This record gives sequence, structure tokens and C-alpha cells, in this order.
Amino acid sequence: MELAVKARIMDADKLRRALTRIAHEILERNRGTENLVLIGIRRRGVPLAERLQKLIEEIEGVKVPLGILDITLYRDDLTTLSVQPVIHRTEIPFNISGKKVVLVDDVLFTGRTVRAALDALIDLGRPQNIQLAVIIDRGHRELPIRADYVGKNVPTSRKEEIAVQLEEIDGVDQVLITELPQEAGISP
Amino acid sequence: MRLKHKDLLGLKDLTAEEIELILETAAPMKEILGRDIKKVPTLRGKLVVTLFYEPSTRTRTSFELAAKYMGADTVSIATATSSIQKGESLRDTARTLAAMGTDAVIIRHSAAGSPALLARTIEAPVLNGGDGMHEHPTQALLDMFTIKEKLGGFKGLKVAILGDILHSRVARSNIWGLTKMGAEVRVVGPATLMPPEVEKLGVKVYYNAEEALKDVDVINVLRIQKERQKKGLFPSLREYARLYELTPQRLKLARPGALVLHPGPMNRGVEIAPAVADGLQAAINEQVTNGVAVRMALLYLLIGGAN
Repeated sequence: MELAVKARIMDADKLRRALTRIAHEILERNRGTENLVLIGIRRRGVPLAERLQKLIEEIEGVKVPLGILDITLYRDDLTTLSVQPVIHRTEIPFNISGKKVVLVDDVLFTGRTVRAALDALIDLGRPQNIQLAVIIDRGHRELPIRADYVGKNVPTSRKEEIAVQLEEIDGVDQVLITELPQEAGISP
Repeated sequence: MRLKHKDLLGLKDLTAEEIELILETAAPMKEILGRDIKKVPTLRGKLVVTLFYEPSTRTRTSFELAAKYMGADTVSIATATSSIQKGESLRDTARTLAAMGTDAVIIRHSAAGSPALLARTIEAPVLNGGDGMHEHPTQALLDMFTIKEKLGGFKGLKVAILGDILHSRVARSNIWGLTKMGAEVRVVGPATLMPPEVEKLGVKVYYNAEEALKDVDVINVLRIQKERQKKGLFPSLREYARLYELTPQRLKLARPGALVLHPGPMNRGVEIAPAVADGLQAAINEQVTNGVAVRMALLYLLIGGAN
């Protein structure tokens, strides 16, 4: 389906500045890097977490552990999807118990992905706390979930889609608002 | 992408892409098996039934664990203590299971084609846990998963299947699967244990173990099925061992580091020497772990999504 681009709300510079600010906020809130770990939610949360890891290293000189979480097996909408999602590996090569976990994703929308990620994490251990970092918070929450670190708050209508595009996956760093033609279905 | 079939009856029916999808899905499942809490909620509320008309430890246990780790409930029907003893037909048993709201049935039966009959009778997916001398697709898939994990792929690999090819559903499923993925498959065993016209399946036939094992990358050793050897197809187990047992000497003929597989249970000193079975090249215990991962993948692909 063809999506019409309505606005370009972030370019590479804006994205870099937002991530740099988030890196500082994470360090400030956690008073450094002790027990801090980053976990990127597949798919675009992973390169974002990698960038935060690098920024934190530049600021503090410490490389914090990085994990990758695939939440597909925890989704609550598997029986309603027409295309069965492919399962990818969860790669968290460290124990998360007692750690301060920063979950990283591109867009916070209904909150259902984060709910799945929280369940998946808690099956892996008992972190000291879990925090959430996202590039875009677009509203329309369906669950009582909020982000601790937000790149940009973007009020949207449900007909719109947010596309966070990243160099590592899409070949370009930018955030677009696109719109579905008419009343097409919206999936979280 | 998803499987194009409701059921898993055999590897003969699957495309290379479907086999690849199953193997790709099994890799993340294996990660779950390494966790302290081996449980995901994906199949919560689903009922998986194992219906085994033949004895089995590992296949049944493996399927049940796979279902439980995915969050499903399991019921196992042992034919010796069920109403099958009262003469209930397979079809009627199936209809009873369907009426109970079964989401998937795993069947093992001595008659080839029973899983296909069951699959036509009920709407729920049917997974073949071994039917007669026909197919044992999940065993072949776990063998292939192990090969892929250890050696990276199948293209151009030389795989020898050693032993009683005639009675072996494991051999048949492996032949279908491996040839589809581009491996060169050799079968080797006594002439009396070789099915007629087996070369039509696209394999090379050998009767001499030394010749067959030369330069192979994988040796899949089959169990000598003593329960099926009453017709005197070879003179004695001792003679079989002398000619076909995978010994350290014979293993040296294969590529250095060649992988040794066995579907179990093993007859040590008959088809495989203890030194090989416990050696560094054997992946026999890992096959068991991989079997659970492959079956988790299949359950996800067959009953994990929309109906």
C-alpha cells in the first residue's frame, strides 16, 4: 500500500542530538553506568541501542552491556495477524537480575510492544528496574505505560503512521509522518 | 511467510523454502532452551495431543516438552491404556479428540499413511511422529538443524546414511530433506536392508562401508531395529558389526571433523562403537536438544498464528 509522506519531522542531525540528549539523561538519572544495561527491541530498537551504547562510551568511557530482544513470541495479537511473523533470536548474553535495564525502541504507540517486552524480560530474570527510551512518542496508549526518555513527542491521528528510518536498516536517518489512504486498518 | 500445509506429514511434501523456514525458526527456539525459565506464552490456551500407537521415549517427550515450553497444555494418549484397546478405530479416536477442542495432534503409528488419514479426518494440524517405514519428518528436521548449525549449510555436503535403510523412516525423511537442500546423499548397508530402486530418490547406493564413508562431511548412523529383524535379513549382529559398525577406524575415512549423528536409541557395539558415540565428533546428545527446538518451531508455525 502506498503511504503519502505528510512531513519530515527529524533529519540525521536532529536524531543525533536527540540520542545524545537521551544518553546524557540516562547517565544523569542512573548516576553513571554502574549496573546499567541497554536492551534494544527488534528491529529498529537494536541500532538505536547500539548508538546509545556508543554515545555513553564517548561520555563516560564505559561500554555498557547490550542485548537484543525479540518480542514476537510474547505478542498478544498473533492469532489476528494475516501474515505470521518470523521469529528472530533474543540475544542477551548476560544476566539481567539486579541490573538497571534501559529498553530501547523507535516508536511508542499503543504500548503493547512494551508490554510484551516487559513480560519477556521478566522471564529472563529480575532486574532492579526497567526504564524505557524511545525516539518518538506518538500517543494513543492502550495500556498504562509511559516512556522515561523521549526523543520527540509527536501528536498524531490514528490514520497516520510514524516511520523512523535508520542508516543501518533503511540507508538514511530520518523520521517521517505518513498517512494511510482513507480508512485502512491500523496495526500496532 | 508461513508453511503452505495444514499438517506436517513428511518432508516429501515440503519445499526447500519451507524447510529453511522451519530451521530458521528453530534457532531462536534453541535460545529459549538455554534459559533458566524455559517458557514462553505463545501457545497459551492451546491443547496438543500425542497419540502414540508405537513405543517411544524421546519423540513423545520431546514433543510434549516443546508444547509445554511454548505454553500449551498437553495430553498424551497411550494406546495400551486407552479405549483403543476396546477396538476404537483411528478415525473415531480422532473425532473424539477433535470434539475435545484439540489444536494439534502428534501421531506415531506402525501403519504408513495413518497420519495422512488422520489429517483428512480432523481440521486440526497433524504432525507425523513416525509412520511405519514411511517418514519421520521431525527426526530428519532435527538432524538437518544439527548439520546446519555445525557445518553452516547443505549445498555440496556429502552425507552418508549408514545401516538399515529398508526399515528406516528416518532414512527416507532425511533423503527427501537433504536432497532438496542440495546435499549429496549416500546410503550404505547390506543389500538385504536396501529398499529396491532407492537410487530413484536421488541417492548413491553403496554396499561397502569403507567406500561410502570416504570424504563424507556427515555420517548418520541408523539403529539396527532388532524388532524388525526376525526375517533373517543378515546372519548375525556380530557379522553386521564387523562390516558396518561405525568404528574409529572407519570414521577416519571421512573428512577430518566429520559430524556423527544417530537418532537413538543406540545399540553400542552393533551399529556404532562406544568410542565414536562418546567421541568429540558425535552430536548425539545435542540432537536431543535440537529436537525440542525444531518441534517448538513446528508448533509455532502450525498453530501459533491465525487459523
